[in-house]
Amino acid sequence: MRKIFFIKPNISNLNICLPVGSFLILLSFLDIFLNTFYNLNPSFFIIGPVNKVLPLLLGMIGFYLIRIEYSGKKYLDIFNKKINLNNFNALCTLIISFSIIKIMPIFLSWFIIDANFVGDNKDACTGSGACWVYIKVWFERFIYGMYPASEIWRINISFILIIVFGLFGLFSNEKIKRYLILYYAVVYPILAFIIIYFLVSGGVFNLEWVQTNAWGGLSLTFIVAFFALIFCFPIGLFLALGRRSKLIAVRYVSIGFIEFWRGVPLITVLFMSAVIFPLFLPSGVYIDTLVRAIFAIALFEAAYIAEVIRGGLQALPKGQYEAARSLGMGYWKSNYLIILPQALKIVIPGIANTFLALVKDTPLIFVVGLLEIVGMTNLAKTNPKWLGLAMEGYIFAGLIFFLICYVMSKYSQSLEKKLSSER
Amino acid sequence: MIKSIKTWILVGFASLLLVACGQGGGGGSKKSKTLDDTKKAGFVKCGVSQGLAGFSNADESGNWSGIDVDVCRAVAAAVLEDAEKVKYFPLSAKERFEALKAKQVDVLARNTTWTLTRDAELGLTFVGVNFYDGQGFMVPKASGMKSTDDFRAGMSVCTNIGTTTELNLADFMARKGLEYKLVGFEKADEARDTYGAGRCDAYTTDKSGLAAQRTVLPNPDAHIVLPETISKEPLGPVVRQGDPIWEDIVRWSLNVMIEAEEYGINSGNADSLKSSDNPAHKKILGVEDDMGIKLGLDNDWGYRIITQVGNYGEVYKKHLQDSGILPGNRGANELWTNGGIIYVPPLR
Amino acid sequence: MNNKNKKYLLQSALILSIVSLFIFFATNAQINMSNRGLQFGFGFLNREASFDIQFTLIEYSRSSTYLRAYLVGLLNTILVAFFGIIFATILGVIVGIARLSKNYLINNLASAYVEFFRNLPLLLQLFFWYYAALRVLPLPQDAGEFFFSSYLTIKALYLPALRWENFYVFLTLFIISIFLIIVTKFYTKKIQEKDGTQFPIFLISVAILLILPSLSLIFGFSSFSIEKPELLKLSETTYTFEGGLEIPPEFIALLFALSLYTATFIAECVRAGIEAIGKGQKEAAASLGLNPNLVLKLIVMPQALRVIIPPTTNQYLNLTKNSSLASAIAYPDLALVFAGTALMQTGKAIEIVSMVMFTYLLLSILTSVLMNWYNKKQQITEK
Repeated sequence: MRKIFFIKPNISNLNICLPVGSFLILLSFLDIFLNTFYNLNPSFFIIGPVNKVLPLLLGMIGFYLIRIEYSGKKYLDIFNKKINLNNFNALCTLIISFSIIKIMPIFLSWFIIDANFVGDNKDACTGSGACWVYIKVWFERFIYGMYPASEIWRINISFILIIVFGLFGLFSNEKIKRYLILYYAVVYPILAFIIIYFLVSGGVFNLEWVQTNAWGGLSLTFIVAFFALIFCFPIGLFLALGRRSKLIAVRYVSIGFIEFWRGVPLITVLFMSAVIFPLFLPSGVYIDTLVRAIFAIALFEAAYIAEVIRGGLQALPKGQYEAARSLGMGYWKSNYLIILPQALKIVIPGIANTFLALVKDTPLIFVVGLLEIVGMTNLAKTNPKWLGLAMEGYIFAGLIFFLICYVMSKYSQSLEKKLSSER
Repeated sequence: MIKSIKTWILVGFASLLLVACGQGGGGGSKKSKTLDDTKKAGFVKCGVSQGLAGFSNADESGNWSGIDVDVCRAVAAAVLEDAEKVKYFPLSAKERFEALKAKQVDVLARNTTWTLTRDAELGLTFVGVNFYDGQGFMVPKASGMKSTDDFRAGMSVCTNIGTTTELNLADFMARKGLEYKLVGFEKADEARDTYGAGRCDAYTTDKSGLAAQRTVLPNPDAHIVLPETISKEPLGPVVRQGDPIWEDIVRWSLNVMIEAEEYGINSGNADSLKSSDNPAHKKILGVEDDMGIKLGLDNDWGYRIITQVGNYGEVYKKHLQDSGILPGNRGANELWTNGGIIYVPPLR
Repeated sequence: MNNKNKKYLLQSALILSIVSLFIFFATNAQINMSNRGLQFGFGFLNREASFDIQFTLIEYSRSSTYLRAYLVGLLNTILVAFFGIIFATILGVIVGIARLSKNYLINNLASAYVEFFRNLPLLLQLFFWYYAALRVLPLPQDAGEFFFSSYLTIKALYLPALRWENFYVFLTLFIISIFLIIVTKFYTKKIQEKDGTQFPIFLISVAILLILPSLSLIFGFSSFSIEKPELLKLSETTYTFEGGLEIPPEFIALLFALSLYTATFIAECVRAGIEAIGKGQKEAAASLGLNPNLVLKLIVMPQALRVIIPPTTNQYLNLTKNSSLASAIAYPDLALVFAGTALMQTGKAIEIVSMVMFTYLLLSILTSVLMNWYNKKQQITEK
């Protein structure tokens, strides 16, 4: 490159290089921009393959010209450091930004400009873009599944109640703080279960009974994820302790259990809960499909949680165990007061990641015939009145999942940072 | 409160605590456990398809209808005196028998083909036939295919897996000596959708299913059902083995609908025919001979089924003919007196 | 009661409760099955399967046995997992390195990709690729040739295939050349350790790999011809391609979803692995006069690999297990063929689901054993 350009940009010819370089870069972007949005070709006078790569060429020269080390101009230095370090770097920058400019209008027109927002049936979708009317019409189904429309208030109230009870811990003072673990580990799950059982399932207090296979949509995603989370954590905790136990039988049972669940796909576990598990029960005893599915997911994820917690237990220095013992504490007391609080703190990000995986695994309940939000979008796309709108449904479901998971993963990352700085 | 679904907590913990509930199969006893449970619960637990127009299909507000659904409604009318007292459980082909065996449902009315293997090996009993079906093929009209003789090696066929359909297709293609690609889905909707998108050259399932699925393709007139029928598919309701009283109730709830059509009783004239002199009318409507008592019900059972659900002909017309799924004559599903093969044992 | 007895009591109580749980389940299963007239047994494996499978690697027809159907499903699972692992690794390594790029745009684009694809459920991505993205492909008769007689259609991706004559000669030479490369590597390394002479190992390897197998072609011991897919008319409006290699869209969708999803996790492993190498290491290497490429190759990578490999293996296992989602989109893998079709046709729920679960378990255990062995080998060099 250096041989081609007779000017060697440096601080002495900054005054020439910077304006010329900036102008060339501007020109190259203008060319692409006009090309994409107005379908014009400003460089029509240049023919042949050169025409196609002209913006790239201009941009490269421009970037070369403004690549001046220690120019004294703060913004230029930052610019060079971030996206204009060397020729290869500059090329990547140009290709990426050009591609973004090229792709943008296609996305924009499909998502917004040519999309349809008003109306209440498929005929309203006349534009070439997305048909968001579909989402609007099916919104209630995507959120509540096949739950009877007149009864939806029951789901809303249950969720509000559960959230309110969940926030309980925030308003507690020092006095009751020590009971908080007990509250979240025992009372809260039972409370949540009672709410769901009586309010969402119904059948008592003059509430119509709604069988679980009518539940669905996002609310089912939440119900499944919530209960699976609640159950998998204590199970995982005991498995992790069991795997590090000195008792041979306990250890091998834990190892066997953990490795079994980690070795099989969740889908086969759900198959098992659907077709085999009923055979294992005394005849006449029937456990609801949803309950079986939740237990299957909880057991499956518990094995992963156990491995995460084990990592935390292993990371603790031996001195902690010895110190606890020298204080005369027994196994349970030392674990409860000394070991677990420290070990769990280390592995909070790992636990959060497992929970994240659990949330992403909930759509698999489709194998037992339960349709949460992904399943509902998949069902809705086969509805005769709304054929051919698969894309919109998946994007909607994807958006919701992305929001949930992104927030969760960012939260766990910030926790990770916070924890690592504390140590 | 012995709804099985209401025993969640109890059962969950009880099974973990190894409390064996030493109950046997419950077969052979004079009382029907299923009947008692149904009466206590206050509704009939009915297994239906996940959506097959004309047979069992839910509308936007969640109401189920179809000729399979009406079998369950007839049972509810007979047992609980109200045809609306039914809870529907949409089941996939895979779950259906397990759901019945595990007592999730008490009647399986889910366009299920009666075969020896299913009858003998699965621990189930077929109580009758409410639709005589046969497997066929659907192809795009423009393809110019007039019969299965126009099939060529290398074609792909969409279908549902895990049913007799898949086996019939394999047999048929082997007989024809054609190499083909099977694209199999667990749900009928997916198979139809995939065929509609052009992934497959033909779509095969029961002909009633083809007719129903055709109506929901983007352009129904662009597809035709080929004339050949490659299998016998008598579809009927199924119950668990081992509860003969319940079995009889379901069987005769279906039979009385057919018998009513044969003797000209329908939902409109049932009241007036109660005073008819015809002994057949009297037996069906419960005026004499205690037919209902013999089944373990009351004598008005037949009357209720006919007034609340309708006779077989009415049901067929409403769900299959008037809805445009199978317009035209009923073919094999016409009464035996009219040249069809719908024939039930006498109600006497 | 002393402590020791207490321990024994606790353990026997645990074992006793597990055994009794098993007995409880087994008895119930037995009662339930005999009530329904079912019998436990694997005899069905020798029965005729009598259903067809669209995509098979080994010969299979409707008159084959259930055991054969099981093998077909297993091989299809392994096939998609194999290619998935390759693609996911390539993509993951590229993205992982890109995330460490000094270029602001590259860096952010890579992390946007990672954040986006890892935060969406795999099933949703699979549905998206199969039911939405691949559905817009053209019919065979409308498809244009896009790359050397390849056609991408809604029915399948058709590629030209190599038809071999006496393939075994070529294969033997190929295996011999790989063997030769390993031997050369071993010896050049020894020489290098002895007197520091460096050989262009990469070039030698490529040369061996190219020259030796092609000898069989040059001397005519084995030969191949290219079979191109040809458009075949099935009826007035339906067409297909004949000949060549046919890759069904179900496979493509599954491969896409699996590799794009897993690559995000592999990218994170790669990034963490490279970041784990202290700056001091790089600076020390640079001060020895090694150029940046050699630093990466000789100093950073060997150390980073030690950090990267264990979590990446886990991702490979996850990919293999996740391939069971195939049953949602009609790709005939183990889950669909065996736990789907075969289960429904035979009703042998316990036998079939346990067979499928143990197969996956076995695959997992095999991989972990292999990886533990590799890990140990890697760790030995550590002081």
